[in-house]
Amino acid sequence: MSTAFTLLGLLEGAPSHGYELKRAFDRRFGSDKPLPFGQVYATLGRLQRDGRAVVVGTEVGEGPERKRYAITEQGVTDLEHWLAEAEVPEPHLQTVLFSKVVLSLLSGRDAHRFLDTQRAAHLARMRELTEVRRTAPLGQALLADYALFHLEADLRWLDLTAARLDDLAREVTR
Amino acid sequence: MSAVLEALDVHRSFGATEALRGVDLTVEEGEILAIMGPSGSGKSTLLHCLAGILQPDRGEVRFAGRRIDGLGEHERTELRRASFGFLFQFGQLVPELSAVENVALPLLLGGRRRRGALAAADGWFERLGIDGLQGRRPGELSGGEAQRVALARAMVTSPPVLFADEPTGSLDSLSGERVMNLLVDEARAKGTTVVVVTHEPRVAAYSDREVVVRDGRCALPVGAP
Ligand SMILES: Nc1ncnc2c1ncn2[C@@H]1O[C@H](COP(=O)(O)OP(=O)(O)OP(=O)(O)O)[C@@H](O)[C@H]1O
Ligand SMILES: [Mg+2]
Repeated sequence: MSTAFTLLGLLEGAPSHGYELKRAFDRRFGSDKPLPFGQVYATLGRLQRDGRAVVVGTEVGEGPERKRYAITEQGVTDLEHWLAEAEVPEPHLQTVLFSKVVLSLLSGRDAHRFLDTQRAAHLARMRELTEVRRTAPLGQALLADYALFHLEADLRWLDLTAARLDDLAREVTR
Repeated sequence: MSAVLEALDVHRSFGATEALRGVDLTVEEGEILAIMGPSGSGKSTLLHCLAGILQPDRGEVRFAGRRIDGLGEHERTELRRASFGFLFQFGQLVPELSAVENVALPLLLGGRRRRGALAAADGWFERLGIDGLQGRRPGELSGGEAQRVALARAMVTSPPVLFADEPTGSLDSLSGERVMNLLVDEARAKGTTVVVVTHEPRVAAYSDREVVVRDGRCALPVGAP
């Protein structure tokens, strides 16, 4: 899901081929895990099926896939929604949080606003867990603690990123 | 709910440093509010303005509907003594006094007789899990113990508002959690309004609501999903 929106976010800048999109994705987000070609084309197919992207031209030439894709109005609306909305606070969000921040900066959207929204969502979850652990038996309280420390780590990352947003904006738009 | 504390377009500078640049904030009665934000963003300055420790250069501060930003030094001291409790990161206990005398101090300053004040102070030690430490000097207490003594001292007069600035800043997770649990239990039992400045999310998670201070202003609140 997040890969689809990330590709859509990259597509928003300008119509593009699957191959170019894969290269852009790998450069910005896939340094440790390049996106397989198969997944790029499958994802583009799904985006097209869902009305978020259209084929705006097919070039004859080498290789089977020389379709050029463009984002649709529906795609922009859905992307906008995804970028602004907080992720459900749970472990291992680094990829999607990072993608949202970078794509927001690339497209000139308000990344601070997203970070604030995500911070509020994380804190709301931490509040629930804090309430649980205040009354729960020790075993359950310790499990809540485990989740709390991980959410806290995410929050520290959100704060650090917020503090470095201007530098990051310069880097990604360079 | 009604507003206990209000800040309206509060500005405060230190020389060329604009610490607060137009803060608007309302604290409701009985709520526990966390003030978060990066280092140097103006959190402590805001707390000091709300608590009548610092005077704003511009803007209004109200407590219980009454303006306090224009009060003189003497009136502000009296207001703090009568209505506010304070809990800071460290360094607030009087080193020459025993723990129980430290807790009794605000009562004594408020005109309570010594014996009554000491008896009232003594009751806090068991409640906060530090019974037996009454006779120790602050230098003979661990950080976590000292912070619980400081909490007792901040709450002993049952102030309507408790101001806390990084109350667990010098403690490990377990002691910090203990202090926060006790603080929240006491505040909830008495309906105390709490304003707590912290950069620790786990401390902020004890609050009902958080505001984020950035560059001397409160960031717009966002609705959690
Ligand atoms: N008494 C003072 N004299 C001069 N400058 C001050 C004074 N108090 C605060 N400042 C400055 O005002 C700004 C805000 O300080 P403040 O202490 O309110 O920040 P803070 O958010 O509490 O930071 P921290 O998280 O590090 O405690 C800082 O730039 C600080 O250097
Ligand atoms: Mg401070």
